[in-house]
Amino acid sequence: MAALDRVKVLVLGDSGVGKSSLVHLLCQNQVLGNPSWTVGCSVDVRIHDYKEGTPEEKTYYIELWDVGGSVGSATSVKSTRAVFYNLLNGIILVHDLTNKKSSQNLYRWSLEALNRDVAPTGVLVTNGDYDREQFADNQIPLLVIGTKLDQIPETKRNEVLTRTAFLAEDFNAEEINLDCTNPRYLAAGSSNAVKLSRFFDKVILWQARGFAAC
Amino acid sequence: SCWIQMLSALSFLQVLFFGFGWLFFMRKLFKDYEVRQYVVQVIFSVTFAFSCTMFELIIFEILGVLNSSSRYFHWKLNLCVILLILVFMVPFYIGYFVVSNIRLLHRQKLLFACVLWLTFMYFFWKLGDPFPILSPKHGILSIEQLISRVGVIGVTLMALLSGFGAVNCPYTYMSYFLRNVTDADILALERRLLQTMDMIVSKKKRIAVAHRTMFQRGEVHNKPTGFWGMIKSVTTSVAGSENLSLIQQEVDALEELSRQLFLETADLHATKERIEYSKTFQGKYFNFLGYFFSIYCVWKIFMATINIVFDRVGKTDPVTRGIEITVNYLGIQFDVKFWSQHISFILVGIIIVTSIRGLLITLTKFFYAISSSKSSNVIVLLLAQIMGMYFVSSVLLIRMSMPLEYRTIITEVLGELQFNFYHRWFDVIFLVSALSSILFLYLAHKQAPEKHMAL
Repeated sequence: MAALDRVKVLVLGDSGVGKSSLVHLLCQNQVLGNPSWTVGCSVDVRIHDYKEGTPEEKTYYIELWDVGGSVGSATSVKSTRAVFYNLLNGIILVHDLTNKKSSQNLYRWSLEALNRDVAPTGVLVTNGDYDREQFADNQIPLLVIGTKLDQIPETKRNEVLTRTAFLAEDFNAEEINLDCTNPRYLAAGSSNAVKLSRFFDKVILWQARGFAAC
Repeated sequence: SCWIQMLSALSFLQVLFFGFGWLFFMRKLFKDYEVRQYVVQVIFSVTFAFSCTMFELIIFEILGVLNSSSRYFHWKLNLCVILLILVFMVPFYIGYFVVSNIRLLHRQKLLFACVLWLTFMYFFWKLGDPFPILSPKHGILSIEQLISRVGVIGVTLMALLSGFGAVNCPYTYMSYFLRNVTDADILALERRLLQTMDMIVSKKKRIAVAHRTMFQRGEVHNKPTGFWGMIKSVTTSVAGSENLSLIQQEVDALEELSRQLFLETADLHATKERIEYSKTFQGKYFNFLGYFFSIYCVWKIFMATINIVFDRVGKTDPVTRGIEITVNYLGIQFDVKFWSQHISFILVGIIIVTSIRGLLITLTKFFYAISSSKSSNVIVLLLAQIMGMYFVSSVLLIRMSMPLEYRTIITEVLGELQFNFYHRWFDVIFLVSALSSILFLYLAHKQAPEKHMAL
């Protein structure tokens, strides 16, 4: 399997937000029955039809790398995690809609993954502070997913959705809000499914052009 | 008016301790989490505040602040409140939050929480049976009954932590025990980890392709059954579900391997950091301290053994003994009463501060290691419980470090407990804990280099 054929997307977020459930839903089209703590990194593969419904349709395997842990982990754990951030083609940032801290930590997560020197063209992030302009143009495709939507009461929904809209804007990314225990949020033809498909198309385009965060 | 002044001074101090507990909770323990339940934070801070007040009352005792009847009153009051918290409030809320996490029992939260609390009370009461901690003249509902049991649990915890700490401290400080880790070792392990991940990916691709093919042919839910079904499955040339389950087993084994490799790599990174730290000035200072502490640890183990074998409990406290030695052997004469008061104050103060600090640091480490966003509330309450019991037992044991005239108040307030039993129990558990820690660390240390040699 040549390295050029690999499409790798990182799934980042605080522990307990539901990354493992999300990845399972995206790859197996099933709800994860017994989520348990992720140690290290767990990978799954999603078959994606690039440009579905057009003559250029082609099937790709997208690897979803779900890296476990928290932003406040020890430096040794962070150094070990860094080995999984090689050759990225896209990042999915996952946060828990019921937990504001997990949304705030996404900035730190994105910095951790992107804070590396890049050889050819692509994202160049050198300082440790979050700066909006880094995410403006010419960046690796990002997607922000909010989980546990069902646990937000109807009255608070608008407030939460406004907040997450700002968050997604900061990252210059699309956002999807769902409940990982309910497959209907990603049902074929729904707006969420369309956004997801567009995101993966962007990732494949990015990979094909040779842009990758090393 | 004098009474009111004293009350307000004490309340002010208590509010101060409460604030400190609150800040500690927010800034250190829960800094990565969102606190949704203020009840938990309040309980933790209240437990901390009342525990610290007990130590403050000891200091007041030594310094002679306030008059003895008001001190006695505050002791009793504080003790009652702390016992109320440790025996009723905290265990009930632990049960409540445990039940909240379980989806099935969600409806009848209060009911099941009460059930859990009653179970706790049953075992808590039963704890008194095997230990000779009370004289039979105490009634059922007396403070002594509760304190004695809380004391047993707290002393066990203290001795376990002490024993492990006494052994672990020199082990971590001294660079003699640091394994040699090179960058090449780390790179080799990382390469192995990535290779394992690649293998997992390629196998998962095969499974995904097979699932898709089966889905497209409409075979997913049709497992062939019956006699003709079996014939059909033998002759069909598709990969078949047996082959898939074999691949899935291989994937499970590889995932387990990847987790182990990840943990080993993290361990190597941590060791490398420690090696670099030990070359700095601070590191060298800690290395020196480590040698000092190892001697101290050996001495403590020796003393615990002597105490158990010869069945003796120290009669005089270290301060009085020290003063006696200086007066009798070194011939230095000085005002015993004055100095014993001040030295006790300093000694007891140091013991209190280091034990609070040590406990908070250990609790924080535990909390970071084991909590997740689901269980954080339960764990914090458990830690509050442990902290409360630890502090109550510290008061019990600190009595031995104080000269006779200051011991009386503790004896009066806590009632006629068999204090000697608690010291003996501490020595036994300390010895067991220290020796098991030595064994455990020895085995862990031996096993590690062999793992790397196998690479």
